[in-house]
Amino acid sequence: MTELNRLNRKAVEIRKSLLEMIYEAGTGHTGSSLSNTDILVALYYGVMKIDPNNPNWEERDRYIQSKGHAVESYWAVLADKGFFPKEELKTFSKYNSRLIGHPNNKVPGVEMNTGALGHGLSVSVGMALSAKMDKKTIRVFTLMGDGELAEGSVWEAAMSAAQYKLDNLIGIIDRNRLQISGTTDDVMSNEPLDKKWESFGWHVIQVDGNDVGELVRVFNEALQITGKLQSFWLIRLKEREFQ
Amino acid sequence: MNNVALKKNAEKNQIANRKVISDTLLDLAMEKKEILVLTSDSRGSASMVPFGETLPEQLVEVGIAEQNLVGVSAGLAASGKKPFVASPACFLSMRSIEQIKVDIAYSGTNVKLIGISGGVSYGALGMSHHSLQDLAVTRAIPGLHVMMPADRHEAKKMIEALVDYPTPVYLRIGRNPVEDCYVNEDYRFVIGKAVTMHEGDDLTIIAIGETVRVALDTACVLKAEGFECRVLNMHTIKPLDEEAIIKAARETDRIITIEEHSIYGGLGSAVAEVVSQNHPVPVQVIGIPDEPAVTGNTKEVFEHYGLSAENVSSIAKKMISN
Repeated sequence: MTELNRLNRKAVEIRKSLLEMIYEAGTGHTGSSLSNTDILVALYYGVMKIDPNNPNWEERDRYIQSKGHAVESYWAVLADKGFFPKEELKTFSKYNSRLIGHPNNKVPGVEMNTGALGHGLSVSVGMALSAKMDKKTIRVFTLMGDGELAEGSVWEAAMSAAQYKLDNLIGIIDRNRLQISGTTDDVMSNEPLDKKWESFGWHVIQVDGNDVGELVRVFNEALQITGKLQSFWLIRLKEREFQ
Repeated sequence: MNNVALKKNAEKNQIANRKVISDTLLDLAMEKKEILVLTSDSRGSASMVPFGETLPEQLVEVGIAEQNLVGVSAGLAASGKKPFVASPACFLSMRSIEQIKVDIAYSGTNVKLIGISGGVSYGALGMSHHSLQDLAVTRAIPGLHVMMPADRHEAKKMIEALVDYPTPVYLRIGRNPVEDCYVNEDYRFVIGKAVTMHEGDDLTIIAIGETVRVALDTACVLKAEGFECRVLNMHTIKPLDEEAIIKAARETDRIITIEEHSIYGGLGSAVAEVVSQNHPVPVQVIGIPDEPAVTGNTKEVFEHYGLSAENVSSIAKKMISN
């Protein structure tokens, strides 16, 4: 099996797993989790330096899921990577489970508790800044939703990332154009999205967020470029349809 | 206690707590490179300019963006740094309260939050700049400890104790120099353990922060009139020294609390929660009423609302005679 086929098959497995979790629990964020599955698969199986046997390995890359609600795909990926037993996925959202409806850093592999939107990028700035201070090669990946971008704190963080020239921070926007009350254009338009981020000093790349192979290629290509002023990477994803 | 400054010092203290905190942190940060100070365009008002000039690599400026300030500090702490965040208490405890709750307390990142210019110490700047709800809000957050030093000596001891303290903390100080409550730093300071500043069995006054001085002055007034009142410096409101409060209720039968905070949710509420559930006795809560505080300097505001030895001793005598 080619690497690409392996990743695509993994994305199917993760989707199946998260749908089972949501069905079992009778609750969950189906759309959001399906939306970020390919991104998670690209990061966890093709890009990030992590060690499930040593979740607190100091040199690990950091993943912060700022759109915390899309947690089912995240749990499914972490279980599949071996951070905790797959069997535990059945406890999702059940009484006294640690697999709650948002990322929970009591679970190995999860860096921070998220769920309140607009927090992840600030935390990631702190992590990326710390890595710079210590001259470590740690990269920080932050996944945001596009509805989340209405939170003012995202832009505070975006400014500070540019101020501190954090070329080890990769912001990812899951551009599915949907939020709970409707489309992002109807609820609170964030267009022109690319120009907004560029004007904050970020380098913007657009990529099909459901093309795992392309995601891996773009992430890895982006990570080769270091030391450049304002070489920050934002992956803007095309609208997707669930198939 | 031997080193309590029961009478006000002849020479008025000119050194603000924020200056002591900055100097103490600078000393510690010279040795420990993981100590960082974060500011939100607040390095001047936090007296952190010398720190920034001496250790520029250890000062992180985020501009006027308190939410980001707290989020960034959480990320730094999660990466092994020891961040001390210095920002006006009014903004730090309100604008960024969700980051404090989620990124720090809930996520368990060990950040020390220093709310500067707290209470009514911004005086004439109005309610936007007063922080009189911060104790209520912060002490309700699981995983966050809350404290306020009585004077510059306690501020120094508190910072020294906090460097290796494993729990995130919100610490509030005022803006201007305050009268000493201790003669020096030669006493045992333990986070979460109230300090008995004055012994007595007629009544207990429990105070926090700058009102400890008011409590000591009250004790002097009462002593001159033949009453012995206990003064507890409750420098840590969370975790609360319940043992000292219950002991005071049992042994002195009546309690007065004084705080530079809303009468809702702060020290008075915390004490009443303990007393009512363990050894019910009358508790009189003295603080700022539920209104935008009157304009004035700290002393004027304190006197306006009865946070004065004159008023507290008068209330004390009424309670004792009942």
